[in-house]
Amino acid sequence: MTSEMDTIETLVNKEYKWGFVTEIESDSVPRGLNEDTIRLISSKKNEPDFMLEWRLNAYRHWLTLEESQAEPTWANVHYPPINYQEIVYYSAPVRKKDGPKSLDEVDPELLKTYEKLGIPLREREILSGVAIDAVFDSVSVATTFREKLKELGIIFCSFSEAVQEHTDLVREYLGTVVPYTDNFFAALNAAVFTDGSFCYIPKGVRCPMELSTYFRINAKNTGQFERTLIIADAGSYVSYLEGCTAPMRDENQLHAAVVELIAHDDATIKYSTVQNWYPGDKEGKGGIYNFVTKRGKCLGKNSKISWTQVETGSAITWKYPSCLLIGDNSIGEFYSVALTNNYQQADTGTKMIHIGKNTRSTIISKGISAGQGQNTYRGMVKILKSAAGARNYSQCDSLLLGDKCGAHTFPYLEVKNPSAQVEHEATTSRIGEDQIFYFRQRGLSSEDAVSMIVNGFCKQVFRELPMEFAVEAQKLLGVSLEGSVG
Amino acid sequence: MLEIKNLRASVEQREILKGVNLRVNAGEVHAIMGPNGSGKSTLAHVLAGREGYQVTEGQVTYLGNDLLGMAPEQRAREGVFLAFQYPVEIPGVSNMYFLRAALNAIRKHRNLDELDAVDFLGFVREKMKVLEMEQTLMNRPVNEGFSGGEKKRNEIFQMAVLEPKLAILDETDSGLDIDALRTVASGINALRHPDRAVVLVTHYQRLLNYVVPDFVHVLSEGRIVKSGGKELARELEDKGYVWLEESGQPTQAGASLR
Repeated sequence: MTSEMDTIETLVNKEYKWGFVTEIESDSVPRGLNEDTIRLISSKKNEPDFMLEWRLNAYRHWLTLEESQAEPTWANVHYPPINYQEIVYYSAPVRKKDGPKSLDEVDPELLKTYEKLGIPLREREILSGVAIDAVFDSVSVATTFREKLKELGIIFCSFSEAVQEHTDLVREYLGTVVPYTDNFFAALNAAVFTDGSFCYIPKGVRCPMELSTYFRINAKNTGQFERTLIIADAGSYVSYLEGCTAPMRDENQLHAAVVELIAHDDATIKYSTVQNWYPGDKEGKGGIYNFVTKRGKCLGKNSKISWTQVETGSAITWKYPSCLLIGDNSIGEFYSVALTNNYQQADTGTKMIHIGKNTRSTIISKGISAGQGQNTYRGMVKILKSAAGARNYSQCDSLLLGDKCGAHTFPYLEVKNPSAQVEHEATTSRIGEDQIFYFRQRGLSSEDAVSMIVNGFCKQVFRELPMEFAVEAQKLLGVSLEGSVG
Repeated sequence: MLEIKNLRASVEQREILKGVNLRVNAGEVHAIMGPNGSGKSTLAHVLAGREGYQVTEGQVTYLGNDLLGMAPEQRAREGVFLAFQYPVEIPGVSNMYFLRAALNAIRKHRNLDELDAVDFLGFVREKMKVLEMEQTLMNRPVNEGFSGGEKKRNEIFQMAVLEPKLAILDETDSGLDIDALRTVASGINALRHPDRAVVLVTHYQRLLNYVVPDFVHVLSEGRIVKSGGKELARELEDKGYVWLEESGQPTQAGASLR
């Protein structure tokens, strides 16, 4: 084996550092899924009737999908059938009271967990800059900065709380972007989702800090089904971040989330993800199945939704953050880095649906495959008849490290309006031995060479990330910060 | 500084270098000339430590150490520089950032402070002028979209910044027009120093009009068959390599160097 291969191996085979388990008493429902499970979850959360009804409808719809074996099979990922009766659908750390009002009431074990993950909730509160909603297994355990945000009329809380306290907003928007009929996993999520983040930015308000949710799966055999709903009212702006990790376990765990974004006239939502669920071990044992439906609706004119994702974890990633460009002149963006190593599989991309006039979309996708990883970009650009003057630019680049991995690109284009302009570029490259030698001849190690090349490859995406996340993303890829500073 | 003794090396079982002997002292400029396929580039790559070449016999001593036992980056940090005949493109990595990382790797090895972006810019500004490196070239990804001439200038510019002890220039003059050749030559001359040695590997004599060597060696079929002063280069230019291959019999046919 050449030294180039050795370097890539050591670079990509870094240990998963977030694989510990928190010993904490949890309140879980029995395994399995039926109407009683759903009623139990709904009653634990003390939900209004419309929620329970919506869940049950979703469940009944899901049952028909399951019977007709409608679990999606078109993605370029392979896994044994999932037994949905083996999953625990609700698990929450036991609380002393109804819910912590401040960080002082949060179980110290939990605070310690987040500290270990590099998310010290307490310090964050002092350092300011980022408001965090911490979701542990099925429930939100803490949300920081709420009072300060409240002064501006911004609502940032757990989904469960929003159901109680902002019922009308939830009722108005829930399922309007991703209805439960959308797909198999969206139906499942609607039936059993347990928590998530809710965010509302009122008219004309520019949210002064990054809003962030940190998702942590801890309990065994538990699925995490969270739902995030963000509404940006006319003329508002918000930047939202999410991060995620899970313990190392031999069994696969299911994470089926739904994210819905709504941007009204002249509003902007920037949504960034650093996904680092446990990817499984070197032989491909264990790891999270990350089957996520994320979609944003650019409802108003001049609205903008920008997705940025860095996907390094999960055994399987199935995820297509998309934009419905309804308002005239609205803008959709998708920036993605997806890394697959060992036996990881990723089938990810986006859908840009142009409906309004002069709508624009940009897609920048960077896939990195190492080990036996399989990386697929799947994207759709659809320009409807109504979308006069629509424009799209797509660029899909793949980088291969080693010779046992794979990169695949499936772009779908559907153009119904002759005035539209659609561009698509794609490249596939491999880190060459001659490139590594060039670095070494200049005094740099092969490891530096690989990380500088990988980092350079991802630069277009990294610079879309908020600074703090850019640093985290770089660390995740084991690379140094290049280009975006100085 | 550099002593090569009976060096034999092969590529994929085929022997290219068949016993090369060469001694280079500090302060000297050596030109190694020879026809295509004589082993010039192989010699340069073996000295730099490129993989894919098997050294089957002989020794190379550099500043008293066994050069062949060192990893390529180790050689670079100890002051061995190779200007590539075909510099590779590194998409996404800016020329400036790359060079600063390289310089800092070398400085660190020599127990010098690493330079930040501002100090680095101050450090390279003069050298950019000598090699007519525009700022735009510095900001672009390493060699990406550079013309042939720009790539070669960039190599010599890197050399000027990294200040090696032993510089090996592999066909640096190939593909250069006369203006670029002059620029590159002035870059090389600026680096001449009693503490440094330069090995120019070239097919043509024309670079040697601008960078006058102290010694000229002719490599043919993996061996140095003739050594001399700078006048040897001119003689080769007039008579062609065939003059040597046919054991000193001068000939014109098909042997012109132009």
